[in-house]
Amino acid sequence: MGEYEPVLLANVGVAGSHTRAVYESRGGYEGLRRALCDMSPADVTERVKASGLRGRGGAGFPTGLKWTFLDKKATPVYFCLNADESEPGTFNNRILMEEDPHQVLEGLILSCYATGARTAYYYMRYEYPLAWERTRAAIDECYAAGLLGSNLLGTGYALDVVLHRGAAAYICGEETGLIESLEGKRAWPRIKPPFPAIEGAFRKPTVVNNVETVSCVRQIIDRGVDWFRSLGVPPDPKNPRDAGSFGPKLYCLSGHVERPGCYEGPLGLTVRELIDRFGGGVWKGRRGKAAIPGGISMGLLREDEFDCPLDFNGPGRYGCLGLGTAAVVVMDETVSIVDVLHNSCRFFAHESCGQCTPCREGTAWAYKILQRIRAGHGRLLDIELLRGIGDTIGIMPGTTICGLADGAAWPIKNAIAKFRDEIETHIKTTNPGHYGATRPVPERHSAH
Amino acid sequence: MSQPSDRILTDAMIAEIRDYFPRYPTRQAVTLPALHVVNRYLRHVPRRAVVEIAELLELAPAQVEDTLTFYAFFPQERPHGKTRAWVCRSISCHLRGAEELMDHLCRQAKVQPGGTTSDGRLTLEHAECLGACEHAPCVLAGDQLLKTVTADDADRFLRSLR
Ligand SMILES: Cc1cc2nc3c(=O)[nH]c(=O)nc-3n(C[C@H](O)[C@H](O)[C@H](O)COP(=O)(O)O)c2cc1C
Ligand code: SF4
Repeated sequence: MGEYEPVLLANVGVAGSHTRAVYESRGGYEGLRRALCDMSPADVTERVKASGLRGRGGAGFPTGLKWTFLDKKATPVYFCLNADESEPGTFNNRILMEEDPHQVLEGLILSCYATGARTAYYYMRYEYPLAWERTRAAIDECYAAGLLGSNLLGTGYALDVVLHRGAAAYICGEETGLIESLEGKRAWPRIKPPFPAIEGAFRKPTVVNNVETVSCVRQIIDRGVDWFRSLGVPPDPKNPRDAGSFGPKLYCLSGHVERPGCYEGPLGLTVRELIDRFGGGVWKGRRGKAAIPGGISMGLLREDEFDCPLDFNGPGRYGCLGLGTAAVVVMDETVSIVDVLHNSCRFFAHESCGQCTPCREGTAWAYKILQRIRAGHGRLLDIELLRGIGDTIGIMPGTTICGLADGAAWPIKNAIAKFRDEIETHIKTTNPGHYGATRPVPERHSAH
Repeated sequence: MSQPSDRILTDAMIAEIRDYFPRYPTRQAVTLPALHVVNRYLRHVPRRAVVEIAELLELAPAQVEDTLTFYAFFPQERPHGKTRAWVCRSISCHLRGAEELMDHLCRQAKVQPGGTTSDGRLTLEHAECLGACEHAPCVLAGDQLLKTVTADDADRFLRSLR
């Protein structure tokens, strides 16, 4: 990769970057002004479609295509901005909202214009007080400047943005969980179809997009389709269904590196490049042992897999669930995989919404097993139990409503496939004499 | 509505909640905003407040209670401390000493995770990923993000509480 000049993060570090004055002095809202005058909503959608932009929130669905699924005849259309960012290891939305809230808003307004939405719900997780304050202030500035309200820049287009605050639940990031939460109910994801584009918030056609995704929309309108497609990884010619991995990406790097942070590059950097070039290497001169490629839901890479490229296909080729949020968490050679898995299982057991029995019971059971192993009471049999859980919970095996369960399963599956020896050794050394025990668990008969 | 004298929701709270009505097509959508309003004033949402919120939103109290309890965010029995501090325990913070940090805070503040100090100044809780992983281990104390927290930072934070 040659020199790459950040665009999404271009304003970060500039004094007053969160204010409209500074944002506009650096070219902000020019693209929006041009688009509102010169482009029809369909033109904007076409351009986003042509760019190949895929959602940055985790699923990687083509953004322009999603917009075309909207039921055109139904009104109103709602836009939900997903700022619930809660995937462990991920913080790029926070940086954008704290440091450049107007960029997010410009992208949001463009996206609403394209989709015909006149109300946007900006769903932000509770734990981002600074992002909340700055976004609130930025929205006020937009209303004052005629960039929001009943008549945007005198074009007759009307748009309101409503900030909505979450209450610390990971599942509200799942798009239909978000919608249920917005409606004032418990955040139980919905069975799909119908997808939100047909029946979403308040039973109306709804688009849900991530904060980084709409920021990319702003860049595409500013810099053009060709620029966007000049970055990243083109489609795999051997895979006719691959839509490619175009554009810039915000990589979050944390864990055992010298310089954790949010770094921008084209899609497709490798984990090793990130660690060495941006992160200053594994900390304390140690060796790496493992890394999470895109938030904990995506599973684990071993050190010898660090050449995995972070594009929409890369992590899958290494047995991981996918690119996820491209949040890389690095673990050095001193880390115990049992400890990492314990942490991951605790997270998912805590965050399962409880709606599907395989997810609710499976995540809780996996966590209990990990507690047992970590405390030195593990049995070799437990590895098979864990594998059984990992193989049976999720959308992929067809047992759950949403992808949280797949995300819970993946670290388990990867840990067993890639670090089985270590787990076995841990069990044998911490529970000598008993690790092989297969003593039957007393059966408990439950009444109906 | 009940008599003003035994109402829990003050006029100010009710006005703030009503301000949300025009922003949503349904009253039920104001549930979370209303819970946040009450929790900001009272540092908990007692059952009586749930009933009053339900009246305002034209819902059954059970609907509000259902949503409230889903989030494990709004205390009901007693108010949380003046400062509510969340110690992140997710993977990035865990790798950089979150567990030791929590132990240290508990020892110094003489509380268990989830507990409130006897003087009511602090409630100390675990949090899942706070989305500030580049600052691990981190703590969100009210609106303040404490970054890369050492034992000394933690002690200084505890001394700063009032
Ligand atoms: C358990 C779970 C949690 C999710 N959390 C988030 C999140 O915090 N932010 C986000 O943008 N997408 C999240 N997603 C993905 C959303 O469901 C959805 O795909 C995304 O918001 C669509 O926007 P995009 O196409 O712009 O990425 C989550 C998905 C699942 C299954
Ligand atoms: S898979 Fe888990 S988190 Fe998703 S809806 Fe089912 S129970 Fe809830």
